[in-house]
Amino acid sequence: MSTSTDLTLAIEDLTVSFDGFKAVDDLNLYIDKNELHVVIGPNGAGKTTVLDLICGKTKASSGSIKFLNKELTELAEHEIVRSGVGRKFQTPSIYENLTVFENLEVSYPYGRSVLGSLFFKRDQNVIDKIHEIAKEIMLDDALDTESALLSHGQKQWLEIGMLLIQDPQLLMLDEPVAGMSVKEREQTGDLLKKISKGRSVLVIEHDMDFVAQIAQKVTVLHQGKILAAGQMEKVQNDPKVIEVYLGH
Amino acid sequence: MSFVYNKLMGGKEGLTGFILLALLVLVVFPLCLDLFRLNLVGKYLTYAFPAISLVLLWGYGGILSLGQGIFFGLGGYGMAMFLKLEASSPENTAIQSTPGIPDFMDWNQLTELPWFWEPFGSFAFTIAAILIIPAAFAYIIGAAMFKRRVGGVYFAIITQVIAVILTILIVGQQGYTGGINGITDLRTLNGWDMTSDYAKYLFYLINCALLLGVIVLSRFILTSKFGSLLLAIRDKEDRVRFSGYDVSNFKIFVFCFAALISAIGGAMFTLQVGFMSPSFVGIVPSIEMVIFAAVGGRMSLIGVVYGTLLINFGKTAFSESFPELWLFLMGGLFISVVMFFPNGLAGLWQDYGHHITDRFKFITRLFKRKESLPLDDTAKSELAN
Repeated sequence: MSTSTDLTLAIEDLTVSFDGFKAVDDLNLYIDKNELHVVIGPNGAGKTTVLDLICGKTKASSGSIKFLNKELTELAEHEIVRSGVGRKFQTPSIYENLTVFENLEVSYPYGRSVLGSLFFKRDQNVIDKIHEIAKEIMLDDALDTESALLSHGQKQWLEIGMLLIQDPQLLMLDEPVAGMSVKEREQTGDLLKKISKGRSVLVIEHDMDFVAQIAQKVTVLHQGKILAAGQMEKVQNDPKVIEVYLGH
Repeated sequence: MSFVYNKLMGGKEGLTGFILLALLVLVVFPLCLDLFRLNLVGKYLTYAFPAISLVLLWGYGGILSLGQGIFFGLGGYGMAMFLKLEASSPENTAIQSTPGIPDFMDWNQLTELPWFWEPFGSFAFTIAAILIIPAAFAYIIGAAMFKRRVGGVYFAIITQVIAVILTILIVGQQGYTGGINGITDLRTLNGWDMTSDYAKYLFYLINCALLLGVIVLSRFILTSKFGSLLLAIRDKEDRVRFSGYDVSNFKIFVFCFAALISAIGGAMFTLQVGFMSPSFVGIVPSIEMVIFAAVGGRMSLIGVVYGTLLINFGKTAFSESFPELWLFLMGGLFISVVMFFPNGLAGLWQDYGHHITDRFKFITRLFKRKESLPLDDTAKSELAN
């Protein structure tokens, strides 16, 4: 099935098995341009594995992942990023020894080769871009702070900022509000709505209230397969979903 | 100007440290030490090259190499091969059964110069070989390891094993390498007497100039985006990879650069000490280099030079009286530094150095006051009187 589409992401017949255990089983998932798509599911449903497969951290056993009609399953991790896919990890993954400014600078998508990074110049364009992103993620006052000193929520935002500065066409976020305060959740929700303009966003989340706040389209994963998909309200009232979530 | 100040010297702190170090090695040591001791310091300073390479590799990159002796040795042997060929002219070796080849080859019944020794008759080739062969070897090791994502303890062990293999190879192939004794009896460089006082001073100064040059070059690397990336890779390798960088290329580059620096140190060692042997290649020297870096401060290009000097002075002083205790003392020192002062001497200076500098602040304050305060009338008249 190598059809050409105008979808941002088209996952077809994707399977990965670890020693016979199928963590993702014959999955089909499509994400449209400018769509904010949320994947939910109980523990062990294969949500994070799906992100790992898209960004190349895990290699698929079979199936295809097409990003803007480009097959990703054969590319190396850095090539997938360079083609426009950004991925945020579940625990904040930032460089604690560097300042907020340096964190963003290191993520700036120029000077990505060895020589390029040696002769990379911090010119006005770079500085302006970093300030612009820092403002968006509410860290413009903390640019010179060593990032180890940030709060948990701020670290999550910084990592989102490090992806935004690369201007990806597809942004993947793994539980972005885990461990955040109520206020930080709200701010993150607003941030997500703002940054999903002009790009597709794929979010994995546990927190149903948060999902209801942001989601346009929801997919429920269970045991590596899609259990239900569609609008939030429809999914929430699906008896199969209720059973999986509330137990037997 | 700001490029030199910020990028090559590392700002105010880096510049002060650099100037103090340059004064120490270029002025204080030559004036205060007799030639024997100065030559000894010159030898110690050659170990500072691999120590600096470990700042980049281990301190910043988080890649612990227990095999920097490999590259120190390759550089040293390259230089020694050239000098040995020069010392083995047919006139000098007329009493051998095959004149014109190094003496140890003759003792091992070799009748012909091995093919890989031939090009080392040329000084230009030798210099090129010292700069290229260790880096190329590092590239092969680095590509094999880092592309397969071998890292951490496994990398350390593999580099250690390669150091052992190289030592065994050198010792075992006596006819080609001089065996356990190494390559000795090196006297002239392009017909010029290396053992004269003048030559010793000159080599010492060249060594210092190269060392300072290596510090400047390393500072440039560490203050560039590459330097931030090294720290980032040490911290969160996956985040760097998923930010669009091919992490293995960065590790390979820094490993090759570290090999290049170490090899320069090795070549200067041979020139100043007058021989090269496998005892500067294997496990013990490689681990000593790591200790120099740890004690000096593995995040400080300047600190490791002091660390190297301090440990080697200590080694010389201590092993003269208690030779059998020295290794235990050094091991204990290494463990205590790692446990209690992870940033070594440089870290101690950063934490407590201001207690010392504060005492001398009044001097600078005196000067500043005179410059900055506008003189009032009474002061003017006082001055006039």
